[in-house]
Amino acid sequence: MAEEMTGAQSLIRSLEHVGVDVMFGIPGGAILPAYDPIYDSKIRHILVRHEQGAGHAATGYAQVTGRVGTCIATSGPGATNLVTPIADAQMDSVPMVAITGQVPSSSIGTDAFQEADIRGITMPITKHNYLVTRAIDIPRAVAQAYHIAASGRPGTVLVDVAKDALQEKVQFQWPKEIDLPGYRDHSQPVSQAIKDAAALIAQSVRPVLYVGGGVIKANGSKELLALAELIGAPVVTTLMARGAFPDSHQLHVGMPGMHGTVAAVTSLQKADLLITLGARFDDRVTGKLSTFAPNAKVIHADIDPAEIGKNRHADVPVVGDVRLTMAQLLPALKAEFAKSQPDLTAWWKQVDGWRTTYPVGYDMPNDGSLSPQYVIERLGKISDPDTIYTAGVGQHQMWASQFISYEKPRTWLNSGGLGTMGYAVPAAMGAKVGAPDTTVWAIDGDGCFQMTNQELVTCAINNIPIKVALINNESLGMVRQWQTLFYNQRYSNTDLHSKRVPDFAKLADAMGCVGLRCERPEDVDKTIEAAMAINDQPVVVDFNVFRDAMVWPMVAAGTSNDDIMIARELAPDWDSQEL
Amino acid sequence: MKTHILSVLVENQAGVLARVSSLFSRRGYNIEALSVGPTENPEISRITIAVNVEGHALDQVIQQLDKLVNVIDIIELPASSSHQVELILVRVEVGSAANLEQIHALLKKYGADVVETTSSSITIQQTAHPSDIEALLRELTPFGILELTQSGVVAMGRRIDA
Repeated sequence: MAEEMTGAQSLIRSLEHVGVDVMFGIPGGAILPAYDPIYDSKIRHILVRHEQGAGHAATGYAQVTGRVGTCIATSGPGATNLVTPIADAQMDSVPMVAITGQVPSSSIGTDAFQEADIRGITMPITKHNYLVTRAIDIPRAVAQAYHIAASGRPGTVLVDVAKDALQEKVQFQWPKEIDLPGYRDHSQPVSQAIKDAAALIAQSVRPVLYVGGGVIKANGSKELLALAELIGAPVVTTLMARGAFPDSHQLHVGMPGMHGTVAAVTSLQKADLLITLGARFDDRVTGKLSTFAPNAKVIHADIDPAEIGKNRHADVPVVGDVRLTMAQLLPALKAEFAKSQPDLTAWWKQVDGWRTTYPVGYDMPNDGSLSPQYVIERLGKISDPDTIYTAGVGQHQMWASQFISYEKPRTWLNSGGLGTMGYAVPAAMGAKVGAPDTTVWAIDGDGCFQMTNQELVTCAINNIPIKVALINNESLGMVRQWQTLFYNQRYSNTDLHSKRVPDFAKLADAMGCVGLRCERPEDVDKTIEAAMAINDQPVVVDFNVFRDAMVWPMVAAGTSNDDIMIARELAPDWDSQEL
Repeated sequence: MKTHILSVLVENQAGVLARVSSLFSRRGYNIEALSVGPTENPEISRITIAVNVEGHALDQVIQQLDKLVNVIDIIELPASSSHQVELILVRVEVGSAANLEQIHALLKKYGADVVETTSSSITIQQTAHPSDIEALLRELTPFGILELTQSGVVAMGRRIDA
């Protein structure tokens, strides 16, 4: 039966209907009517300190739970502060819905106070968006928004609601069905494509499984493990796919791309077949595209048909949910292998050669200072495998992806596509809310941390005890690395002086967290253990590290993966091996 | 590079044209011409887009357009199997009586109509296949085109009795 209520009540009722249990946001003028029913709702609302934090928290929550994350803000600046996390989540295919208030419909277009055309602004950075100006349209917009965000290739949907629509009285009616005539379901792979893929795999003697974030989105880790073990091929996991396949597994040869392992990068280059699963041939993976995997045929499995052939031609496109694709590929491949299974011994001999000769490593600084890689490596060793890690963007992010062993999906959260500095702390907050019983470490840089650390106040007040490992090299480290390598060590505006100001331990303390500092290698383990022992407050550990450490290996931007460097001016010694 | 005509059926909702044009701009696709109008179904509009791309890129344009939630269907209309029509209004300078006579001869040849005449100009309306429009304009150019307004192409697939 229809029930009379305000549009605002209808909005909150609709959010309850789609199963929202938590949202992150900040009230303001235009969204204020919606905050009144939030006061009575069973939905937990977490009052953040900046809307960007709300957006990344919703993303972190979505990444660990697999459910749609929700953030809410007011019109104008509230909405524009959400632009970065909206673009971030969309780039990484994270299911997120952003609710924004809008000025009353009669004022739209008049440059009213706190008016911004957030629907227009977010058109290119959302999967879809809505401007709702009538209360009666609210439930349908919410139902569609959550469906679109979660289904197919997940993404961000924005629902902008005019203030008068929130105030208007309306008969609440939940839509019986979701009517989206232009929204197609591509989840079911075509059986011929599966057969073609199986036939191609059965002919390949140098295959590589190129695994992207889509496998995690599709909850396909179990199927991936079975498929990889059936084929027996090397597996590479992209930055977005770390944890989709256990790092400790013998078949795993590392992360591909600009800072990937020599074995992962080179096996892609030398492969005769890329079995591409939920990955998108991003430039950070392919290097110079025209020289990427020159002798490989490509099977490209993705739920988004527009990804097929976007950057690299697919010999066998398989449009569909990648978990279903792998599940159906297993029996098809078993049938092929029953006839004949290629011998990968020679291929593995090569791959193992690269793997054993060029493991990811680092040098300890000569001056006795703390190596950032060592800190991250110890953190990974001391923490249990369920631990969830988030990272900001830059050197610390790459080291966190290289020196921590990820064994399970949804334990590694980072901003892969957009590369958003400041992601780690709010994403960790959202992750901890989504997985309250799991330890969540934000591995952050001193540059990133100073963009969004105010959410530690939110964490302290709302009992969200995240831990922050601050890799403090007092620099915008990755930019500094490029200045070292490509700009003659002219360090223009990358020195943050953050070993001097701010005092991060005091700052943490002031924000209601425990602040610790570590400056010597011999103190690393006990400092991490001290941080681990605190579970009733957020903890920030300021690791003062060697500032000239660099991320290796590296494929310089725009160059070929064949030109991978393992250290400064040091290419792998290809001649010494049987290649 | 070749011009392809895409007939795009969209939900008749506010902002749909902005979504389509934003997509073309963001992905760097070059729109040659675009026209929007109602269809036989009031809930659906048709956007006809002439886009200049290579074959592989055309597939990308179609796939990316298809991802827009409000886009219901996309059909490529090849020149050989579709009706394509464009509309122009063109104001031409009339320098002399001899010129006027020549212009009238052209109009007769192309089947174009006169919508206005003044002592110094003649305004012509023509509805025809884009290549005929192009030919007419080429022949009118030497007389001096004072003003031109041109619609984008509209198109419809051919149907033949079985």
